[in-house]
Amino acid sequence: MKSFEYVSPTTVEEVIAQLSPDWGRSEIMAGGTDLVTSLKQGLVEPEKVVSLRQVEALHGITVSDESVVIGAATTLKEVAAHADVAEYFPAIVESIDSIGGPQIVNVGTLGGDLCQRPRCWFFRNGYGLLAQKNGDSLVTKGDNRYHAIFHDGGPAYFVNPSSLAPSLIALRAIVHTASMDGKREVLAKDFFKAPKDENDRETQLQANELVTAIEIPRLGLRNASYEVRHRSGLDWPYVAAAVAFKLTGGVASGANVVLGHVAPKPHLALSAAATLNQSLVSETAARQTGLAATEGARPLSRNGYKVHLVKTAVKRAVMSAAGL
Amino acid sequence: MADAKWPSADERRLIGKRIDRLDGPVKATGRAQYAYDVNLPGMLWAKVIGSKHAAGTIVSIDTSAAETMPGVKATWIDKDLVGEDIRYIGQVLAAVAADTEERATEAASKVEVTYKVGEHQVVDNDPQFRTGRASNREQGDVDKAFADADVVVEGEYGAEVITHCCLEPHGQTAEVRDGELFLWPSTQNVSRYADQMDASVGIPRAKMHVDCQYMGGGFGSKFGHDKWGIIGSLLAKETKRPVKLMLDRDLELKIAGSRPSAFGKMKVAATRDGIITGVEADIWGTAGSGGYNMRQVPYVFKPAASRVKSHGIRTNRGSQRAWRAPAHPQCCLLTMSAVDDAAAALGMDALDFYLVNSEQTDRPDVYREELAIAADLIGYSKKAHLRGDSRPGPVKRGIGIAMHTWGGLGHPSDCDLTINPDGSVEVEMGTQDLGTGARTTLAIVAGETLGLPVDAITVKIGKSSYPASGASGGSTTIGGTTTAVRLAATEALNELLKSASKALGVPAEELEAKEGRIRSSNHPNTGLSWEDACSLLGPNSITKRGSNDRAQSQKAGFIDAGVGGVQMADVSVDIETGVVTVNEMVAVQDCGLIIDMKTAESQVFGALIMGITYGLYEEAVYDPTTGNMLNADMEYYRLAGYSDIGKLKVHMMTGKKYEDRGVIGLGEPPVIAPGAALSNAVANACGVRVPTIPLTPDRVLNALEKGGLV
Repeated sequence: MKSFEYVSPTTVEEVIAQLSPDWGRSEIMAGGTDLVTSLKQGLVEPEKVVSLRQVEALHGITVSDESVVIGAATTLKEVAAHADVAEYFPAIVESIDSIGGPQIVNVGTLGGDLCQRPRCWFFRNGYGLLAQKNGDSLVTKGDNRYHAIFHDGGPAYFVNPSSLAPSLIALRAIVHTASMDGKREVLAKDFFKAPKDENDRETQLQANELVTAIEIPRLGLRNASYEVRHRSGLDWPYVAAAVAFKLTGGVASGANVVLGHVAPKPHLALSAAATLNQSLVSETAARQTGLAATEGARPLSRNGYKVHLVKTAVKRAVMSAAGL
Repeated sequence: MADAKWPSADERRLIGKRIDRLDGPVKATGRAQYAYDVNLPGMLWAKVIGSKHAAGTIVSIDTSAAETMPGVKATWIDKDLVGEDIRYIGQVLAAVAADTEERATEAASKVEVTYKVGEHQVVDNDPQFRTGRASNREQGDVDKAFADADVVVEGEYGAEVITHCCLEPHGQTAEVRDGELFLWPSTQNVSRYADQMDASVGIPRAKMHVDCQYMGGGFGSKFGHDKWGIIGSLLAKETKRPVKLMLDRDLELKIAGSRPSAFGKMKVAATRDGIITGVEADIWGTAGSGGYNMRQVPYVFKPAASRVKSHGIRTNRGSQRAWRAPAHPQCCLLTMSAVDDAAAALGMDALDFYLVNSEQTDRPDVYREELAIAADLIGYSKKAHLRGDSRPGPVKRGIGIAMHTWGGLGHPSDCDLTINPDGSVEVEMGTQDLGTGARTTLAIVAGETLGLPVDAITVKIGKSSYPASGASGGSTTIGGTTTAVRLAATEALNELLKSASKALGVPAEELEAKEGRIRSSNHPNTGLSWEDACSLLGPNSITKRGSNDRAQSQKAGFIDAGVGGVQMADVSVDIETGVVTVNEMVAVQDCGLIIDMKTAESQVFGALIMGITYGLYEEAVYDPTTGNMLNADMEYYRLAGYSDIGKLKVHMMTGKKYEDRGVIGLGEPPVIAPGAALSNAVANACGVRVPTIPLTPDRVLNALEKGGLV
């Protein structure tokens, strides 16, 4: 591990002042569950690590009639234990419970969950974010069992690792950020992107910008998430699905169906949402929604099974949200 | 006078009882010092540099930049490798020693290696990559067996490469003091660990001292001192400071041992009554850069005709090492899956099928008895159904059966037992405790022999200065060590009885050691307390040596070889997700005379957990393009956790028939069958065979898709 300077400011402004405008020179540390392993593996070699631990303004949960605002450095444990979050947004609590590791949940933060780097085993073994060798993808030629089944034609095949992103997107959450240029509000669904080259990143954040809070509007949506995981302890899901919809007289409207671990960014399953909208929510409707969620899937050599998992995860999330 | 032969059932006070392990409290509280815990004043940390390429030639290794790094005290280069070929990623090329672990890691990253990169080959599941020569074995008229068969079933099955993944990685701390080398390794072979190090280290074997009190798992991968043992010793010699060198997790998984894969095209011939009449197998897989041998097929069952070809693929991966019961789990999986598919094709109940075929094994009565007990423990009659759970809903439940066998005996082992004038008793033996309860079993046997409680015995193991004992491999430790301690204790006791005889005026032949007393066997009230009897020794302790000689001990009934075990698995398979959940597993095992029922059962519980882990989760994933192991971590190299193992039940076979055979080891047998039992259970649940273990969701869903079930 290369030596670095460690700073622990107390205000957002001070954090911003410490951050370099160039990627790689400074790193933000929230819970550290991803950053510390990345430092140890030499995946990042910053000159400075900026801790968010002491920034009071980034911690805590505020509930109003319109929304719930969660500070970016609030731990996942605090989020899951919050009574209002549990009441309005079961999808979020389910997503946190699914992480399966008390150690991660106790120190990991909501902002950190959104900003963590991909778990792609080529990336983590030092073959680069896009895992290319002589212009060819190591992923498509190699073992891609955990990789993307939805592609936008770009060079990225990793999957977005966030546990919370599908639920937050389904719930139409807004990501609040701050940088030298001021504050921004970005819809969670627009927060992520698929990088086009090695120096590109997986979110809209600039190098000297940080997530300050996540705002979840209280729209009265039924919501749930479902992860297909192998182990019951700490493990990554193969596929995750989150759904949110208005349920009126058994009929769904305003549906969002979002998939995790299937694409370089959380995947909005628009056909699935369209299938669910205006349908009388039943097991059949849930199954049809799951089937529609696979539209456009183009599995790689070893991950065709994920298409089945999408169907199941979406079906089960819809049924759970509808209380079936 | 005492006789060394094992006491009969009604004489046993300690042997076979359920006794807590002596070192349980120090392990549970963290006071037990493992090799990794050895920290000495002024100690340096060493890190090794592994090859970044899987094939090619080393052009040069340059440590000059690393040497200028802060805290670096020494570097080491494998000069013999410069200009030579490399065989796998992680192959050790160089090392650095620095005053902190972080500085050593940082300096290691500054070692510059120039490669002439070559072509590697890491694919192990495609028979077209086979290398070298095939090994063939044939017996009986195979063609006739298949021509005459009522049913012939063909299938392809497999087990992926797994690693030993020891919780405590390989390595040691080394120190050179006054020309003597002190080593604290994590090893399965205390007495012989330092053998053949002298030439490389430049210190005579007589001046080497090995100490391993506790070690965190070896499973067959920690017999030798390894290259890192030499490197650590050389760095210690050069720096005149203690040097700790433990492999990091990635290298531990890449280079410190693996279990070969085995893929096989299997063909089974059977009669309509379910009797297996012929087996044909064409097997391939890789032992990495090592030699391949996968020939124990057909496994357990011995049909009249069989034809087996085993032909491996030499790959640019780290070499295999013995992994608990080498080749058995794979051959068990290949055989038991294929014959289970034959039973399914016949529409025959699996338990009936295994009972019928128990006749053609080495121990029909043992297997029949064990099958009945296992069936009872798992509730077979209530849960069993023919292949495919037809009940509605996505979660299907099934039961699977598998059987296994192993040898045993006991390795050569010496033991010194000392009775001191103050009544204290010491057992000294250069054996090791792999976590199995070695200390406890030695104390039990000594205590039983001397008529003393377990805690009256001080057991000293884990040092090369003690009488030599064999490596812990092949389930030979319990047989070798307990025989040696029994012989030593009996001889020492008889010496004590002689001096007590004079004091009591009772012939030594009539004396016995029971209940903490030396007494007349005819008149139990005539005797001395143990302490008083020992005080008669004056200033002289009695020390006697016991030696286990394999052949003699087997002849005399101390040890034996050959056991059978039956395991059953009850699983649920979510056919919409492919996730397999273990509800329950049952292991029924014979192992001759059991010394400590509690640690014996514990050994089987551990084996079941390890078996569930390789049956459902473990797999070394290699990338064909880079030649690298992609999951050399504990994130995607998955191990079962407590919530993944279901309910486990262990039954040990006891009774005269088993106990009269003497002691038989338990390290290998119970870990052989879990993969096969789980695979058969999954097939029974979801109606199709998932051919390859681990039974991961992708494999389950692919099999279901192929079977038209999703």
